[in-house]
Amino acid sequence: MIIFHYDKSFEGLLSVVFDAYLRRSFPEQLLAFNEPEPLFTVTSHTVYTESEKTERVWKSLEKKVEKNTLNMISYAWLSELPGADELIYRYICKTFDSPYSIETNFADKDVLQLRQLAQKVSKEKHRMIEFIRFQKTADDTYFAPIHPDYNVIPLIVTHFKNRYADQEWIIYDTGRNYGMHFNTRKLTEVSFTDTSLFPDGKINEELLADNEQLYQQLWKKYFKAITIKERINPKLHRQHLPKRYWKYLTEKG
Amino acid sequence: MKPEVLSKLEILAESAKYDVSCASSGVTRNKTAGGIGNTAGWGICHSFTEDGRCVSLLKIMLTNYCIYDCAYCINRRSNDLKRATFSVDELVELTIGFYRRNYIEGLFLSSGVINTPDYTMERLVRVAKELRVTHRFNGYIHLKSIPGASEELVHEAGLYADRLSVNIEIATEKNLKLLAPEKDHESVFKPMQFIQQGMIENAELRKNAPKLRKFAPAGQSTQLIIGATDENDKAILLTSDMLYNKPGMKRVYYSGYVPVNTYDQRLPALKQPPLVRENRLYQADWLMRFYGFNVNEIVDDRFPNLDLEIDPKLSWALRHPGQFPVDVNTADYSMLLRVPGIGVKSAKTIVMARRFTKLRTYDLKKIGIVMKKAQYFITCLELPIRTVHETSPEYVRKVLTEKKATKKAVDPSQLTLVFPE
Ligand code: SF4
Repeated sequence: MIIFHYDKSFEGLLSVVFDAYLRRSFPEQLLAFNEPEPLFTVTSHTVYTESEKTERVWKSLEKKVEKNTLNMISYAWLSELPGADELIYRYICKTFDSPYSIETNFADKDVLQLRQLAQKVSKEKHRMIEFIRFQKTADDTYFAPIHPDYNVIPLIVTHFKNRYADQEWIIYDTGRNYGMHFNTRKLTEVSFTDTSLFPDGKINEELLADNEQLYQQLWKKYFKAITIKERINPKLHRQHLPKRYWKYLTEKG
Repeated sequence: MKPEVLSKLEILAESAKYDVSCASSGVTRNKTAGGIGNTAGWGICHSFTEDGRCVSLLKIMLTNYCIYDCAYCINRRSNDLKRATFSVDELVELTIGFYRRNYIEGLFLSSGVINTPDYTMERLVRVAKELRVTHRFNGYIHLKSIPGASEELVHEAGLYADRLSVNIEIATEKNLKLLAPEKDHESVFKPMQFIQQGMIENAELRKNAPKLRKFAPAGQSTQLIIGATDENDKAILLTSDMLYNKPGMKRVYYSGYVPVNTYDQRLPALKQPPLVRENRLYQADWLMRFYGFNVNEIVDDRFPNLDLEIDPKLSWALRHPGQFPVDVNTADYSMLLRVPGIGVKSAKTIVMARRFTKLRTYDLKKIGIVMKKAQYFITCLELPIRTVHETSPEYVRKVLTEKKATKKAVDPSQLTLVFPE
């Protein structure tokens, strides 16, 4: 079996593709630098991530596939699921090897799987756009702690930048411990060492803006008041609003 | 924002909740310098109520005082309930506060009638104007037009609102007059016409002045109450069909009558809102709008009511076994759409995927086709085993409904009601 080691970054993965074609040696498994190799390894090679390799692979991809497919590849990558890198690697190789576009050949396992994975990430992205709740802090920053299944912050910040262009906000992934801060002009990545300021997604009361609690109360009241009791349907409710999101939803907290 | 807004909000949200429309899609508006927000174009649900409905807009009434006495309405003047009225400023502040926290896409404002229709309408328009002009709010605004409001005010409303709606509520005029003696179809269709005219005139004007604000860019919608009166599904769907044929009519909503005024002898004694029927009507509406079905194919004099046990597409298929089986590897897109178990998305995927390989059952399953239903109506690369011909429509019906029977018959909690645009 052929094994490649790489740095487990997206750029690294594109460099893997580059090396594979250069060496005419196509790995069946991709491992991190320090990951132990299986017993029956035949050849192993270590890939160095270089922007030149990355760019060349990406440019050739751009020529061969629709913009939408490029997005799907990035989405699948952000799933951060084990094996997603190998799937993307196989997909890219198949794209390069085929004389015609494979993008809609859903009878191919990898094509279908890549699409399905991208769809899952896309769904999580949309859910975050819907379910994020900002809490206004005393210094007029709107703060939203989240904990998505996939690493979707890079996919949602543009939406919020356009929507709340005139307000300062932070969207923070408590699981991955990083977030993006928008200061009404530009976005910067932030990472807090002290996450006790927002235990369980609720910002400490002393840090909140004056009327923030009133707004949260208003929203909770509203949410309760619009329910039609004669139609209550907990199963449908949970299907649309899965329990794992409740912790961060003001109205369910 | 004062704390007493809390109790007002509670009262006026309670009073507004029976209007089922909550869509926020159909318009894209970009951010503007110095303005607040944008509109996304695709409907965003920010939450779901415990009855499973999408929460997209702050759906609220300006006031629940009303001079009218419509039998189906919780806010009718003869009901003894808590009443309240928002000031324009309170509503504006609430909308913006909610919007900035990502609770909502915008505002859906309706009102009981106080003093005169125009007096009320003028206040509704003022809220929209404040939001759009003073605060440069780019979120979504849906105003429910007051029956009997003047043309001028409806026109002004259309300049600030994305969507306007006038609810018909009852499909036939005879029954409307029975339950709402102060209303008639004219008081509903007149403002609908004003909206339609406003859109047409505005489109003309915009040819020469493209910068001009769009008039109600998300069109209009309406609502029909189901089960408060004796109309059959045919009467209801014909009304919807007539409405959809008018330019600018985007959505007809069906609202299963919630027995709010049980004391009123004109209303049927229902234990529960007719949720299954409501769901079937939405499915039929869907077939008319996205699946290329004509209303007469769904209901006619022989079948004036939708089958409650099976969905209207399956019901059509079982009444027309001669149209099947459909060969998924060759059939037109329009025919694929008519196969029970194949939706718009999977029909499109089939058309794309079959260019590469002839599809088998295995591929169809992976694409997401509901084979449990579809198997009786299709052939693919493999030979069909038991289509509706090898068996019989009666048999297929029996198998497909039996499955459900083991899972608690027609339990309404099994239904999935979604209201995407
Ligand atoms: S006019 Fe509207 S608010 Fe007033 S009673 Fe009739 S339906 Fe209810």
